[in-house]
Amino acid sequence: MVKIKPNLSVNLGRLELKNPVMVASGTFGYAEEFKDFMDLKKLGAIVTKTITLKPRHGNIPPRTCETPAGMLNSIGLENPGIDKFLQEKLPYLAKLSVPIIVSIAAEENLDEFLNLTNRLDKIDTVAAIELNISCPNLQKNKLVSQDAKDTFELVSMVRKVTQKCLITKLSPNVTSISEIAIAAQDGGSDALALINTLSGMSIDVNQRTPKLGAWVGGLSGAAIRPVAIKMVWESYNKIKIPIIGMGGIMDTQSALEFFIAGATAISVGTANFINPKVSLEIILGLKQYMVEHNIQNLDNLIGRLKACKE
Amino acid sequence: MKTFQNKVKIISNKKYQDNYWHLVFESSLIAKNALAGQFVNIKVNTGLEPLLRRPISIHQVEANKIKLFYQILGPGTQILSTRKSGEYLDLIGPLGNGFTYSKTSKTLNSKNILIAGGMGVAPLVFLAKKLQKPLVLIGARTKKQILCASEFKALGCKVQLATDDGSQGFKGKVTDLLKLILTQDKFSEIFSCGPTAMLKAVSAIAQNNKINAQLSLESHMACGIGVCLGCVVSTKSGYQRVCKDGPVFSAQELTW
Repeated sequence: MVKIKPNLSVNLGRLELKNPVMVASGTFGYAEEFKDFMDLKKLGAIVTKTITLKPRHGNIPPRTCETPAGMLNSIGLENPGIDKFLQEKLPYLAKLSVPIIVSIAAEENLDEFLNLTNRLDKIDTVAAIELNISCPNLQKNKLVSQDAKDTFELVSMVRKVTQKCLITKLSPNVTSISEIAIAAQDGGSDALALINTLSGMSIDVNQRTPKLGAWVGGLSGAAIRPVAIKMVWESYNKIKIPIIGMGGIMDTQSALEFFIAGATAISVGTANFINPKVSLEIILGLKQYMVEHNIQNLDNLIGRLKACKE
Repeated sequence: MKTFQNKVKIISNKKYQDNYWHLVFESSLIAKNALAGQFVNIKVNTGLEPLLRRPISIHQVEANKIKLFYQILGPGTQILSTRKSGEYLDLIGPLGNGFTYSKTSKTLNSKNILIAGGMGVAPLVFLAKKLQKPLVLIGARTKKQILCASEFKALGCKVQLATDDGSQGFKGKVTDLLKLILTQDKFSEIFSCGPTAMLKAVSAIAQNNKINAQLSLESHMACGIGVCLGCVVSTKSGYQRVCKDGPVFSAQELTW
């Protein structure tokens, strides 16, 4: 049998990736921190730490705690703000010749999304914009992505001011993920990022205090993978735009689950903290799987979930 | 400064006393690059429990061997203590900014004090070797918990002890011993590692006596490489990462 040469390229709407393995916002800094561990050029895309208009100090420590097969974080979008990001962080990212996806969020007013998008829209080295409307650490009563109408309106508003690829990152803390996914699609999102962290809490029983300074945080890591897989699968069956699957991807096997559930690309998050070069290991693992299963194009794997045999 | 992610070979992993252990591993890359006050981040096993790495300070470096001194405090360090010589550990290091000592502290006429509480002795043994026979103060609750006094003495350091119950040396807190010593003699710099409450006291004493102090902090870390922003401490220039901007900070910088 002739060995096939697998084609890993995928399209996220108007953005083409040479391979479908990305790194998730907030887990990869601004990429330079990882240069000792891997050849960054091999990544499918890099999603930056979320940027806000003004610098943000973030939440009071402690900001992380370990949980069974996972961790909680309550960083609170600490970032230098758009000006400093463009001056100090983007030049390094731009040199990598990897698609750079800038994650953005609003602090007070949703108009901040427009302001940020207008700034980024003019920059050629920004390949796409990710709308973070699902961060659980901003002490808001309700997230934009917890309401279908709010999601539709926000995405439509941003869509009007940019031709760049728009990715909307959704929260798993909802009753119906597909309802929100449809709203983001109808608002004009090119792709969806599924899922952000699950809202959670952990308690120190000796001190009788929460383990996080902000009391509550977002749960990530292997523990949340089954929730993420189900949400990707459910959304895939209801929408037409591509899904970037994430939530507890630790290795090739877990990445494969997402593709089969319907993800066009995947993002590695918490696993970057444990094994900084895991994304490159997953790219190799994917290729190997495709060769072994005689899959030429990823299209022949995405969403190819079959019913259990009786 | 370069950081490495490697599988390193365990040379030995033995109990020192009670729940304190010594682990020696081989890595010429880390040995060549390590500075006193830096740490390594260890994946204690290959599974998901525990999920995160365990940051442990570098205790001693000899040729291409690195010695770690750790205490079993939870499931992570418990698993680490079961790892056998000959096995390989997935380890990242050296990490963080260590103590600053190359320029001034090594000169013959500089007089330095090292002050350690509990496990805080671990990085200070490595530091003591780099300095000119500093005075070492070690504090603990009881005589049994005084660690590494002989290691410091072997390096030619004068060692003074303090125990809460007076079972050995000065009766009281090691920071009270520090206060007393500073009334008797002049010193150029203080280097310290230990529990946060002790470091805060050292910081206040140093600033009252107008002596520069370098403090090595501990914090829960998720990544250890400066990206998750989880381990931050409050400083005059905002939140700083203990893993990347520290773990060693100047006392005047901290606003905790």
